[in-house]
Amino acid sequence: MTTLALAARDSATMLRRQLRHTTRDLSTTLLLLAVPIVFLLLFVYVLGGTLGDGLGGGSGGRAAYVNYVVPGILLITIAGAVQGTSISVALDMTGGIMARFRTMAIARVSVLTGHVLASVLQTLCQLVVVLGVALLVGFRPDATALRWLAVAGLLTATTFALVWLAVAMGLAAKTVETASNLPTLLTLLPLFGSGFVPTDSMPVGLRWFAEYQPFTPIMETLRGLLLGSPIGADGGVALGWCAVIALAGYGWAKRLYNRDRTR
Amino acid sequence: MTNPPNRTAIAVTGLRRSYGRQVVLDGIDLHVPEGTVFSLLGPNGAGKTTMVQILSTLIRADAGTVRVCGHDVVSDADRVRAAIGVTGQFSAVDDFLTGQENLQLMADLHHLDRAEGRRRTADLLDRFGLAEAARRPAVAYSGGMRRRLDLAMGLIGDPRVIFLDEPTTGLDPRSRRDMWQIVRDLVGRGVTIFLTTQYLEEADQLADRIALLDRGRVVAEGTPAELKRRVPGGHVQLRFADGRALAAAAAVLDVAPDPGGESLALRVPGDGGVRSLRALLDRLDAASVEVDGLTVHTPDLDDVFFAVTGQPTPGTTPEAVTAR
Ligand SMILES: Nc1ncnc2c1ncn2[C@@H]1O[C@H](COP(=O)(O)OP(=O)(O)OP(=O)(O)O)[C@@H](O)[C@H]1O
Ligand SMILES: [Mg+2]
Repeated sequence: MTTLALAARDSATMLRRQLRHTTRDLSTTLLLLAVPIVFLLLFVYVLGGTLGDGLGGGSGGRAAYVNYVVPGILLITIAGAVQGTSISVALDMTGGIMARFRTMAIARVSVLTGHVLASVLQTLCQLVVVLGVALLVGFRPDATALRWLAVAGLLTATTFALVWLAVAMGLAAKTVETASNLPTLLTLLPLFGSGFVPTDSMPVGLRWFAEYQPFTPIMETLRGLLLGSPIGADGGVALGWCAVIALAGYGWAKRLYNRDRTR
Repeated sequence: MTNPPNRTAIAVTGLRRSYGRQVVLDGIDLHVPEGTVFSLLGPNGAGKTTMVQILSTLIRADAGTVRVCGHDVVSDADRVRAAIGVTGQFSAVDDFLTGQENLQLMADLHHLDRAEGRRRTADLLDRFGLAEAARRPAVAYSGGMRRRLDLAMGLIGDPRVIFLDEPTTGLDPRSRRDMWQIVRDLVGRGVTIFLTTQYLEEADQLADRIALLDRGRVVAEGTPAELKRRVPGGHVQLRFADGRALAAAAAVLDVAPDPGGESLALRVPGDGGVRSLRALLDRLDAASVEVDGLTVHTPDLDDVFFAVTGQPTPGTTPEAVTAR
């Protein structure tokens, strides 16, 4: 077998292992899924009426707000899901199984690629569920098939990037607790961006942060694609951020993974 | 030390490894012929795990060379990995997976085809008494079952050299005996076993050769019989009513009291046989030294240490090991 074929085969094995973990540890998966759904219901039913009126423009009210808030909720879904990635990477690193893998003649990278592939698949499934719930509570997108494809592509790119970042965080964490805390920041980012209210309603300093942080162009692009409104430069900026985060996460993870782990 | 009819499974020369300023392995030379059991015997902190980690390509030495099955552990690590099976000191099973899935995972990582993987998995589950628990997650296994699964996972790839780091620590006597039997069966199949332990009895039961590791050095090496000859039958512990009797006895028998000096006990090397005991008591009687009580010890790691280094088993504090 060539090195590449070997890496692919071992990665597939590790992917199967990771997917088994998901089915064994359903409570964690459900918990990670519950967070964005609770956010969705909270923002739509408790705050949505008032926030929707404040959006300006046409109809206002709850109906308008559901459409506005879905991209933010989707990013919270991704951020929550990669928290699971970080935890399971840290579990592997702190447990003895990693030492076993290292004494076997396998493609070393497969341990990480297994995590990445499994997490991306899992997160995409969660996104589908969350979108389903959103449709149930009144989300009415107005997108062509092509735009839906673009939505899927951007969500996958974002997931891929954040998963690599989470893998690095899981590797960096000395304990499983730290690994579960580090990505929490990611869950908060959509709130300090255009996820829940337009940035021009924010005070100056915060507004500046909200406009330039990576999640805002991603959410704006998703919103544009889903609601059929113009996207402008946000699309390119969003993809750029995904590439930067993915590369940084990958590079960081690779460095941590290859270091001498004898502390 | 050479054994011409056998090929060499493990050859170690001049091995050194430090953690920070602490020297953990300080110039180790070992030679393990194929198809034999070699046991590294030493107390906590002696460097056993560090040794196994280096031999199994997990960490690197600072100096020296290590060849396993003829391959260098640094420049040819993947060849070494393909030839070995490792069961570390701490459990290395996947808790979320069942016993069967753990073994299947190993089979897949060894690139066995499905049928062969299934066959070996079923065979190992059977051999290790795990068939009934095969479909339960490993997290629900007892310590003994987990240890057996751990070992079985290291065997899927049919390794030629097996490393076992304290395979029976924490097991009850019955599980320990089961584990010994498993090791003997493996030897019967012609594999080489490198085993660490804190128990002389275990090394005695299983090993062809034993090396005694103390503070990063091999302080004694030989067959179990050779080592035990240095501690013939262990020792007899004598207790005395007061310090005066203790001192008198020490003078008569020409042994030094324990350095601590608080206990009124004296440790006399000897095999504890009836004849030698009688001779011992006769000598004390002749000098009119009153003995309060007496216990006979069969040799353990402590005795070997005592015989080899002239000191009791050292403590495990890092300070005790740190080189000045
Ligand atoms: N990762 C590490 N960082 C720093 N020091 C270490 C590390 N691993 C081991 N040591 C030190 O090296 C020495 C030998 O450790 P090692 O684990 O090899 O001993 P051991 O013989 O396996 O002991 P035990 O019977 O307790 O398992 C100890 O003093 C330990 O403190
Ligand atoms: Mg150890």
